Amino acid sequence: MEAQTMTGLTEGVPTGTGLAVPDITGQVLAGQVLGGQAAAGGVMAQQAPVLPSSLWVYLSATPLFWLTATLVVWLLASAVARRAKGHPMVNPVLISVIVIGLGLTLGGVAYPAYFEGAQFIHFLLGPATVALAVPLVRQIRLVIANLLPMLVALAAGSITAVLSVLALGRLFDFPDALTVSMAPKSSTAGVAMAISKGLGGDPGLTAVFVILTGITGAVVVTGLMNRMRITDYAARGFAAGLASHGIGTARAFQVDPVAGLFAGIAMALNALVTALIVPLFL
Amino acid sequence: MIQGITWLLGFQLVGEALSYAAGGQVPGPVIGLALLTLFLLTTRGVPAAASMEQSTGKVADGLLANLGILFVPAGVGIIQHLDLVMSMGLSILAAILVSTVVTLVVTVWAFTFAKYLEQKWKRKP
Repeated sequence: MEAQTMTGLTEGVPTGTGLAVPDITGQVLAGQVLGGQAAAGGVMAQQAPVLPSSLWVYLSATPLFWLTATLVVWLLASAVARRAKGHPMVNPVLISVIVIGLGLTLGGVAYPAYFEGAQFIHFLLGPATVALAVPLVRQIRLVIANLLPMLVALAAGSITAVLSVLALGRLFDFPDALTVSMAPKSSTAGVAMAISKGLGGDPGLTAVFVILTGITGAVVVTGLMNRMRITDYAARGFAAGLASHGIGTARAFQVDPVAGLFAGIAMALNALVTALIVPLFL
Repeated sequence: MIQGITWLLGFQLVGEALSYAAGGQVPGPVIGLALLTLFLLTTRGVPAAASMEQSTGKVADGLLANLGILFVPAGVGIIQHLDLVMSMGLSILAAILVSTVVTLVVTVWAFTFAKYLEQKWKRKP
């Protein structure tokens, strides 16, 4: 399912712009170097001192900078999350997205330029999906023992995820295109965007709803499950993965390996079921 | 480490190839996941596969323990649509919050209730 996330998101990322970025910054850089040269009175034209701002323009256009920045921000966010003893409100994905988003906005860097570097991390979604086989094989007996509950929860959860959006859309008076774009929000991004596109929704908007749903689920799931007194990590994880796909699965792995595994299974199954049922309801 | 990464990418590659051949209905990584699961299950306990199992396990554990970072690049993409979300106001966020909470509750309730019934039937055949 995550490969579609990849292809799906590259749709959102204008790939041509990525190639144009070095050209634009090259011109800007040249302009600033010339400015520095003028200030220095034209002496040592080729060796003009590199201004911090031109350094920023140079670095912020390299994939290396945004790749490193993403890793550093993630490590800091994880450290903060550990300090908070894994408190659900201190979600490392949410913190990283806010910090990097602010950095890009303040630094005047366009998303495609950021993605040039971050794509190397994004790419790992595919192998990470394949990697789910390892905990699956380790816990194969537990998975088989929970087969019936999983199927029942899958049917109930997938239908609820879609129907609740339709009901809320009517309640809040959403335009039809908005409701369609939101209906597949609990499935993984690539699949959700494909469903939305096929039914006349806006895939870009769907991607935003998918991310917001993932973060919402990851933040609320622990408190909700504790309040409901659910102690079965298979059940908790399955709900997290079904309602909030990969970001919920990441949260589940943060809490417990069994929860993480069942979240991963739920994410995969819900992607398939959502694709089947959304067209039935719309 | 390199061995483990190679196995994961290899299974994804085979998955992508089969996905393409089958018309792209099921994503390649999901087919790769199914194939690796079958492979690991059938080679379990075979001495010749021990090193592959160990290296793949190490990389897989590392990736899954840090799964969150893989969603950061896509998550940051929200900034492209921020004005749109803002302009549509709180009703969007409210709808997402309510729908997500209801889905979590119904799913976990269905799961535990089905498990409860199943165990009850097993005790009284």
